[in-house]
Amino acid sequence: MEHNDPSLGTPIEVLLLILFGLLIVFYIFAGWSSSRKEHLRTWPIYRYILWIFGILSALTAIIGPLANRAHHDFTAHMTGHLLIGMLAPLLMALSAPLTLLLRTLPVKSAKVVTQLLRTVFIKRITHPIVASILNIGGLWVLYTTDLFAFMHNNILLFLFIHFHVFMAGYVFTIAMIYVDPVAHRYSYIFRSVVLILALSGHAMLSKYIYANPPLGVLQEQAETGAMIMYYGGDCIDVILIFILCYQWYISTKPRESFKWNPSA
Amino acid sequence: MAKEITGNHVKFAKRNVSAGILFGLGFVAFIDETVFHQLLHWHHFYDQSTTEIGLVSDGLFHAFSWFATVAGLFLVADLRRRQAFWLKRWWGGMLLGGGAFQLYDGVIQHKLMRIHEIRYVENVLIYDVVWNIIAALMIIAGTIMIASTRSQLRGVFNGT
Repeated sequence: MEHNDPSLGTPIEVLLLILFGLLIVFYIFAGWSSSRKEHLRTWPIYRYILWIFGILSALTAIIGPLANRAHHDFTAHMTGHLLIGMLAPLLMALSAPLTLLLRTLPVKSAKVVTQLLRTVFIKRITHPIVASILNIGGLWVLYTTDLFAFMHNNILLFLFIHFHVFMAGYVFTIAMIYVDPVAHRYSYIFRSVVLILALSGHAMLSKYIYANPPLGVLQEQAETGAMIMYYGGDCIDVILIFILCYQWYISTKPRESFKWNPSA
Repeated sequence: MAKEITGNHVKFAKRNVSAGILFGLGFVAFIDETVFHQLLHWHHFYDQSTTEIGLVSDGLFHAFSWFATVAGLFLVADLRRRQAFWLKRWWGGMLLGGGAFQLYDGVIQHKLMRIHEIRYVENVLIYDVVWNIIAALMIIAGTIMIASTRSQLRGVFNGT
């Protein structure tokens, strides 16, 4: 592949590193300070871990050796895509940052945040179908047009697309499984059907990429990359499916013992 | 399991079958992916002859079967906590679901939509025949198993 190597200039890299570092610091601080309030339970350790690993996996995709290789190696790009578009959003969604924010903020500010969550915009984009189109549709646009080639020649476009991939992945995750409060709760069956359709769109795109490499990607790399997308996607999807089914299972818990007793 | 058929088994009789169908379908797809794609390398990830509808069908079934495996197992957990798990009906459903998917894969996806062959050899016909006969046998066996539980179903209704 012929690209002038637009590896992230050091100032931008440092800036991103500080930004991501701050996200971790804020989270830990919020967890610690809210846990000191008497009426609140201690914020669980596993949530801190989820958040930190979520941030780190997003960071891995845009800074460092994997990110540098991603500019000329499609398999590295696809691994990064799995990290920033699927794994990081899942881990971060499970760490319930919004719940943490709401319990840390003073009541007045927390009310402002909940009002923001009820805005039409948030309601629209967290609708399972809209979130799926933003996520999977965005990927189809990226890989089936020349956008993918442009991305590697323009650092701002590179960052914007990665930000979009992450946000779309995050919105998609919180539209499918409810850990944090949401504006509107859709039924399990509805979310399941939309999830299956979205995942199949992801699988179809993988095979499409296998057969039709994006501009500037070698056939061999496209084939390996497509398989990383397909099977790597499956690995993360199964966690998403498991959590959705588990929440469904818990919500249908029978209220009393179902032991049938005809003589009673 | 389910030596004694109670009212809960009857009440959730259908759910036992659908739990089996979902898991069977997912399980066969999983075997297909691990054994024939990954271990034996008989199936190809993608075949140039694949039709557009083949790509769509393959993607849909791939996602659905992944979901069905997990959902099917959660349904088993649900039946167990309701003390309504009926092993024979579940097995019947599993064979039915697995066989139906295998037949669909073998006839529609492999042959009509041309997504890939079972194996890239000269005489693939023998593979196709064996594949689809196994599928048909699974469907028949599953149907017989489900049907054989009906007498027990009626027995409980009549209070015998």
